[in-house]
Amino acid sequence: MMDNSSWMTMYPEIVLLVMACVVTLADLFVKSTKRTATYVLTLVSLGGVALLHAVYADAGQTLYGFGRMVVSDPMGHWLKCFATIAVMVTLVYSRPYAADRDMLRGGEIFSLSLFALLGMSMMISGQNFIVIYLGLELLTLSSYALVALRRDHTQASEAAMKYFVLGAMASGFLLYGMSMMYGATGSLELSAVLKAIASGQVNHQVLVFGLVFIVAGLAFKIGAVPFHMWIPDVYQGAPTAATLMIGGAPKLAAFAILVRLLVEGLLPLAFDWQQMLALLAIGSLLMGNLAAIAQTNLKRMLAYSTISQMGFVLLGFVAGVINGETTLAANAYSSAMFYMVSYVLTTLAAFGVIMLLARQGFESEEITDLAGLNQRSPLYAGVMAICLFSMAGIPPMVGFYAKLSVLQSLVASGQGFYIGLAIFAVIMSLIGAFYYLRVVKVMYFDEPVTATTVSASLDVRLVLSTNGLLVLLLGIFPGALMALCADSIVRMLAA
Amino acid sequence: MGLLSLAIWMPIAFGVVLLAFGRDSQAGAVRWLALVGAIASFLVTLPLISGFQLGSSAMQFVEKAMWFERFNVHYHLGVDGISLWLVPLTAFINVVVVIAGWEVITRKVNQYMAAFLILSGLMIGVFSALDGILFYVFFEATLIPMYLIIGIWGGPNKIYAAFKFFLYTLLGSLLMLIALIYLYVTSGGSFDILTWHKLPLSGSVQTLLFFAFFAAFAVKVPMWPVHTWLPDVHVEAPTGGSAVLAAIMLKLGAYGFLRFSMPIAPDAAREWGMLIIVLSLVAVIYVGLVAMVQQDMKKLVAYSSVAHMGFVTLGFFIFNPLGVSGAIVQMIAHGFVSAAMFLCIGVLYDRVHSREIASYGGVVNTMPKFAAFALLFAMANAGLPGTAGFVGEWMVILGAVKANFWIGLLAASALIFGAAYTLWMFKRVYLGPVTNEDVKGLVDINAREFLMLSLLAVAVLYMGIYPKPFTDVMDASVMDLLKHVAVSKLP
Repeated sequence: MMDNSSWMTMYPEIVLLVMACVVTLADLFVKSTKRTATYVLTLVSLGGVALLHAVYADAGQTLYGFGRMVVSDPMGHWLKCFATIAVMVTLVYSRPYAADRDMLRGGEIFSLSLFALLGMSMMISGQNFIVIYLGLELLTLSSYALVALRRDHTQASEAAMKYFVLGAMASGFLLYGMSMMYGATGSLELSAVLKAIASGQVNHQVLVFGLVFIVAGLAFKIGAVPFHMWIPDVYQGAPTAATLMIGGAPKLAAFAILVRLLVEGLLPLAFDWQQMLALLAIGSLLMGNLAAIAQTNLKRMLAYSTISQMGFVLLGFVAGVINGETTLAANAYSSAMFYMVSYVLTTLAAFGVIMLLARQGFESEEITDLAGLNQRSPLYAGVMAICLFSMAGIPPMVGFYAKLSVLQSLVASGQGFYIGLAIFAVIMSLIGAFYYLRVVKVMYFDEPVTATTVSASLDVRLVLSTNGLLVLLLGIFPGALMALCADSIVRMLAA
Repeated sequence: MGLLSLAIWMPIAFGVVLLAFGRDSQAGAVRWLALVGAIASFLVTLPLISGFQLGSSAMQFVEKAMWFERFNVHYHLGVDGISLWLVPLTAFINVVVVIAGWEVITRKVNQYMAAFLILSGLMIGVFSALDGILFYVFFEATLIPMYLIIGIWGGPNKIYAAFKFFLYTLLGSLLMLIALIYLYVTSGGSFDILTWHKLPLSGSVQTLLFFAFFAAFAVKVPMWPVHTWLPDVHVEAPTGGSAVLAAIMLKLGAYGFLRFSMPIAPDAAREWGMLIIVLSLVAVIYVGLVAMVQQDMKKLVAYSSVAHMGFVTLGFFIFNPLGVSGAIVQMIAHGFVSAAMFLCIGVLYDRVHSREIASYGGVVNTMPKFAAFALLFAMANAGLPGTAGFVGEWMVILGAVKANFWIGLLAASALIFGAAYTLWMFKRVYLGPVTNEDVKGLVDINAREFLMLSLLAVAVLYMGIYPKPFTDVMDASVMDLLKHVAVSKLP
């Protein structure tokens, strides 16, 4: 039934869709090359949408709409709220960078970002295989275009090509897995699928076969080993603005579909997918951390670091269900959510600094380009150092608590294998600390190559400082964000 | 805000304010502000001593508030007789270090001073944290300023040293983190260290926990054979960094043994006590011999630190009151003496820019005032009665003899090496005729250096002549700890 309440569940998304169309149209009339009007309009719309999501999330209701195709629950709204803010922040950081590189000529960057966000929102609230898939495609298609935005730049075009081919393959995997699930259970709707599997009437082998494809598709999307090959190339090749657009906010949506598909839809198969995720996590931690050491390109290093961070997130999913007991599930999934949110926050600031340092004709992508940054600009060096220490998991940065909560959920299982996983993860983070520290070393201990001080417009400076400060402050006071994640996961599991 | 909170956050607040100062043209103001901050932070810690209730083993000046609920983590502070003196010691060394860096540091002065002030606050946090996570946060956070101190203001091979320092100590702490989480889960969701002290644990679990903690604290102390990072780091670190490292940071590890390893896993501690004693004796004797052949003064004092810290771990694991109190006294004494030794080397290095013993000779002829101080500190380092260095070592040896004559004998024999390398270095650097032009041109210490060294000299002599205030406070806590360790926690 399409009653009023159905529309209300998707109200923020509808606003977003309308505003995306308005921005696209309005941009036709903007003449200035800096696109200030479009920029402001986009930010205002995003601000409004974020506010709407926060209000919805705060109300704390779980509502289903459009015949249980979509859900409006606190977890979804918080994730969408954070994703919206992340896109806003990305755009603030990106504008000067994009303007320098002639990427603002058409203003597509704004409409594409809005449509990408719409795709993320659909993924986050999807309760139906098709809705989730449509959201994913909307996000990835917009992302392909964003990566290819510098059409005269060979590296970016190559990255876009790779991203497109591998991304299409991943979507294929996912769709194939979904169709097998549909074939086995006779439904596209997550709760019906869950019921069908829980009844035990379905052939287990078919389910596991479908599950393998779904997990592989998801692993492609978040870039877990062995489906990670596109990440370093795309991160490095894409213009940094686009790198941040695909490396930041969409991670929150990726977390959401992991939860929606695996937990809400396929929880009875937890024993099977946990094993797969454990393998993916071990591979990601090992590969990501070891390969990152050898990188000289900062964006490529951060790409490998992302792979290893995703390994940690997957570990959060691994510890949820032990021997069929779901008592630890809330704990484990909320630790993964906390990890993802804090990771996105940190990534935003790190790429923000990279974009800030880049100038026309100079990308500032090599690690050595940061040499002596502390002398040139103590503030930005400080922000970057905070981010790097956070990714390395050194307290008092927020990244420490992210690692702590994931490790806690592993150790809480009391099983030897999971405690072993925790120790393995810890040793891998030690290796990780090495390459993060190397960047700090370059910024603080090396002599600067140029004496130019770094300047930025007031909005960028303000947002970047706040961003960096938040990484530190959330590390000193992690309680609120932790409670928020725990609360949303508990409500999601209860629904 | 409680006294302990004030002691922790005041230096950190001053440090953050200093970071806001920009260019080195404001260095004058920065220095004075840093000094005011350090002195004020030190003064704040004094009421802790005067207000401490003697004869009680309970935690005092306790502050407790919920920090974050999801993991039941509290902002829980308190000191007992074991940790009480370490707090003012840290703040005191911080004052000395600020004075020591006054004219020497001319580059990025605000960051230098801020790093030390923040470091000081964090270390006081380690000594007063009663919550596992709070402890871990402070313990780990100290790595960041120290890493920067070594890397920015250090010597030619500073980057290697900074990495070695960071990664070595991080590896130890990460294993400790797993132990902390395990204890949290086993205790039914509590990070309270005092609760953990009462937790029954099976033998194999205790052994695993003991070695997880051992990984963290043995590296930090550092015990032989994981001590190799210390000489490298000392050689490269700036004078202030070396002083803080030797005087305070090594004590974080020793303190960890008392607060975590022994009371949480007492059965394992007793079972593996002999291993620690043997490692400590190796440190005392073998590392003492290694110190003797060093050509570099800083390396010599660094190895001597390892040897002296060997007395500390030795004292802990002979499990009698004399040994444990002696070890704690030794921790404090070594804080004063090693800081003084490194600052003396710093004074020479600032003038001649060499740390080689061979570059000096006959310094007493050109710097008589300075040589007098150096002699006092050398004597203290050698453990001469009447100086701080004597009290702790003597108590530990006495305790060791009580426990086992041969351990006592071996430990006592090490005193000879200590005297040998210290006095030999003193002879080669200070005594005899002036050997070269560099030494001939030396200028005696100025008022600032005189002030800095006399502060330490007063502390060294006071502690040597009248150690009662130091031992009084720890009696009850040490007895309580030993009583606790003697009782089996096996379920």
